[in-house]
Amino acid sequence: MQLLTEIRIGGFGGQGVILAAAVIGKAAAIFQGGYATMTQSFGPEARGGSSSAQVILSTEPILYPYVAHPDVLVVMSQAAYTTFTPQLKPGGILITEQEMVRVDKYPNGVRAYGVPATRLAEELGRKVVLNIVMVGFFGAVTNLLEPDALRKAVADSVPPAMQKLNLQAFDKGFEYGSELIEKLAENGYGEELVSLESA
Amino acid sequence: MNQVTLEIPYEIPVDAHNPVEPFLRMDRMPHIWCPGCGIGTTVNCFTRALLDSKANLDKVAVVSGIGCTGRVAGYANLDSFHTTHGRALPFATGLKLANPELQVVVYSGDGDLFAIGGNHFIHAARRNMDLKVICVNNLTYAMTGGQTAPTTPDHVISATSPYGVFEPSFNLVALAEAAGASYVARWTTYHVKQLSRSMEEVLSKKGFCFIEVLSPCPTLYQRRNKMGDGLDAMKFYKQVSKIRHGAPTSECALTKSGEIVVGKFVDRDRPDYLELLRGQMTESLGDRYAEPEVSCSC
Amino acid sequence: MHADPKGVLTGVHFLDGDHACCEGTLAAGARFSAGYPITPSTEVVERFAWRIPTVGGIFIQMEDELAASIAIQGAVWGGAKAFTVTSGPGFSLMMEHIGYAAMTETPCVFVNVQRGGPSTGLPTLPAQADMMQARWGSHGDYAIIALCPNSPQECFDLTIQGFNLSEEFRVPVMMMLDECVGHMTEKVVIPEADQIEVTPRRYTKLPPEEFHLFEPREDLVPDMVKAGDGYRFHVTGLTHDERGYPSMNVETQDVQVRRLQDKLKPLANGRALCETENLDDAEVVVVSYGITSRVAQRAIQLARAQGIRAGKFRLISAWPFPEQRISDLAGRVKAFVVPEINLGQMVHEVARAAAGRAAVIPVSHAGGSVHNPDAILKAIVEAAR
Repeated sequence: MQLLTEIRIGGFGGQGVILAAAVIGKAAAIFQGGYATMTQSFGPEARGGSSSAQVILSTEPILYPYVAHPDVLVVMSQAAYTTFTPQLKPGGILITEQEMVRVDKYPNGVRAYGVPATRLAEELGRKVVLNIVMVGFFGAVTNLLEPDALRKAVADSVPPAMQKLNLQAFDKGFEYGSELIEKLAENGYGEELVSLESA
Repeated sequence: MNQVTLEIPYEIPVDAHNPVEPFLRMDRMPHIWCPGCGIGTTVNCFTRALLDSKANLDKVAVVSGIGCTGRVAGYANLDSFHTTHGRALPFATGLKLANPELQVVVYSGDGDLFAIGGNHFIHAARRNMDLKVICVNNLTYAMTGGQTAPTTPDHVISATSPYGVFEPSFNLVALAEAAGASYVARWTTYHVKQLSRSMEEVLSKKGFCFIEVLSPCPTLYQRRNKMGDGLDAMKFYKQVSKIRHGAPTSECALTKSGEIVVGKFVDRDRPDYLELLRGQMTESLGDRYAEPEVSCSC
Repeated sequence: MHADPKGVLTGVHFLDGDHACCEGTLAAGARFSAGYPITPSTEVVERFAWRIPTVGGIFIQMEDELAASIAIQGAVWGGAKAFTVTSGPGFSLMMEHIGYAAMTETPCVFVNVQRGGPSTGLPTLPAQADMMQARWGSHGDYAIIALCPNSPQECFDLTIQGFNLSEEFRVPVMMMLDECVGHMTEKVVIPEADQIEVTPRRYTKLPPEEFHLFEPREDLVPDMVKAGDGYRFHVTGLTHDERGYPSMNVETQDVQVRRLQDKLKPLANGRALCETENLDDAEVVVVSYGITSRVAQRAIQLARAQGIRAGKFRLISAWPFPEQRISDLAGRVKAFVVPEINLGQMVHEVARAAAGRAAVIPVSHAGGSVHNPDAILKAIVEAAR
């Protein structure tokens, strides 16, 4: 974890946007000894089926609770992509549900990673865990949090009967992310793949 | 004074002037009610009912709203609460739920219970909250000087209807039945025996019970409408009242000088709020449900 | 005494302020809540409705806020610790019963998750514009306690403290959250029950014939009873004597209404709850509360980085206002900067206490968000000039 990382997650209702944000916040604040503040967007932008959450991770107590320009943007819908991408910080990371979001242009210096999270979730038999696939993928490509802290946060955030499935979803997303990073490195994109930690 | 004929389980002071004294805060007498007012009569009936029911008076609480009848709480020598205007029922709801062993009696007027407090009335009845509601209906706002109430009949002159009331009025017994009350009765202050008996009856009945008592306001209602004094009101009640137990409440609407149907109209058994709550929670939670212990030593 | 373990969800949680506040009520011993849904406060009672059947208590959803705010008082006189929760228009509707609780000295807690107003305003966005309403909103002279948490952890901790103070002083306590704090999720540590201090209701030890419900003890607070215990007591919102009997005259009014205010004086002075930092060398002191105190802290850090001697004075108990503390500071600082998410409320109290001895600079915000730290920084820089 670094001093201050601001994350925004956006999608539409039913995708588990808030839970995804909560898992990330919990991993940092409870399982990794840092600080996290999560806020949800209510108000007009939360209507019309869209949903978004913001998480700030830090090694120090967080004073200002809102995110204006995220370091990491995770989007699971085209609408969220359109709304939030312009806010991304230069040098930030864009993570997309690649079959839900058509990536056209995004700010210079932003690194973009896509994952077919819905399809991976469906392969596990339950589409509803796509948010946890996203969290796993997020963990792998950002390297912001210890994978173990994230896994514990996943297990802690779902009912006991759903734990196994959600951990599988996390692992699937994480593996997909790790493989993607390796593949990109092999293809010579290594320079761009430094984690935020050292960015 | 110990030679009263009734069997009284309470200690009556040797210098008492009336067997109902143990039920009243005698240090608050004289009361504020006008000569000829019927509220005192209803209180007398209530004390008789308490007496006859042999209720443990330490476990009876009276909750009133605001108005002439709202002052009953102040004179009853019981745990008593004079609350805000219209809110006796929700206060009583909290009191009852916190301490279900209490017999909670809501004693208030028609304006308090049915205008400003009308919403609370229908919801308390809907929930079948175990409350005994005694509504002294004098057909007017008396405490504030005789204004129009939601019960004031057509053509009656009031301080705010100087040319006569034209708004339709509520039929309280029909409203109570429709909203879900377990027990609905109406009497006048002429029917003291029947009223006492009804009051005694509801003290042993579970659920939301409603007794409407028509009561004269000689100072503001009778006088303004040339209906005479308190005694004339009794004669009027005697003359126009018809006892019709079980009458359909829809046929019991009141008019200025027409027939007053009195009697017990509704007496049905329905699970009350706490029974419903327990049932639902037990169904959903099984052994995990913890019986409410709302009142605590902390 | 210690908290009843049945209500204490010991552990480390990731909770929003509304849910943490609910856990605070349970830890404090609240076993009754009456509510009416309104954004952004409903989550408090939603959680209570979910939790209470397994803890042993009752939640009832009433027909409106008028009903909710008086049902809790019925429950208190039945022996419960009780609270209600609301926001915006709902808080306006509860005003009469805040007055009733003050007049009848009914210990209870009102949680107000503040949103933008007036009227329906901004249901889903924060404000701190009910501060004066909390203090003065009911008619007549009275006093209340208002606490302003600035994090979910404090929503838990201060709610317990709020219940404790309400019992100690027999007074309604306002928990003045705001939408930001209420909907913000952070780590919340809930200790073991035996680590949580709970103030029990101060029931009288006198027999009924010697007891007067409104006869104050030395601390100006009378002892309590509950219905059903044979005291045959009377409670009224009318001006009343020590027996609780209506006594509507100048003398009784003077004695009673003055005492309602005077009994809270310890909280206005020595026992005021506040959080201070860098006051020793401060030339500019930022007075803030609730979520704004966090943003203000950021501005203070930025000012210090520029070499400005900025200090922090955070109101935790906004009411009674810690007049003496501000007055003492006014003699030795240059200025007070008062950011709040309203167009100027507590700033008037600061100005009153400062009495012209230091400049008092409001940083207003009409609501809907929190301040940008830069706006507060700018005011600090100007004040230091």
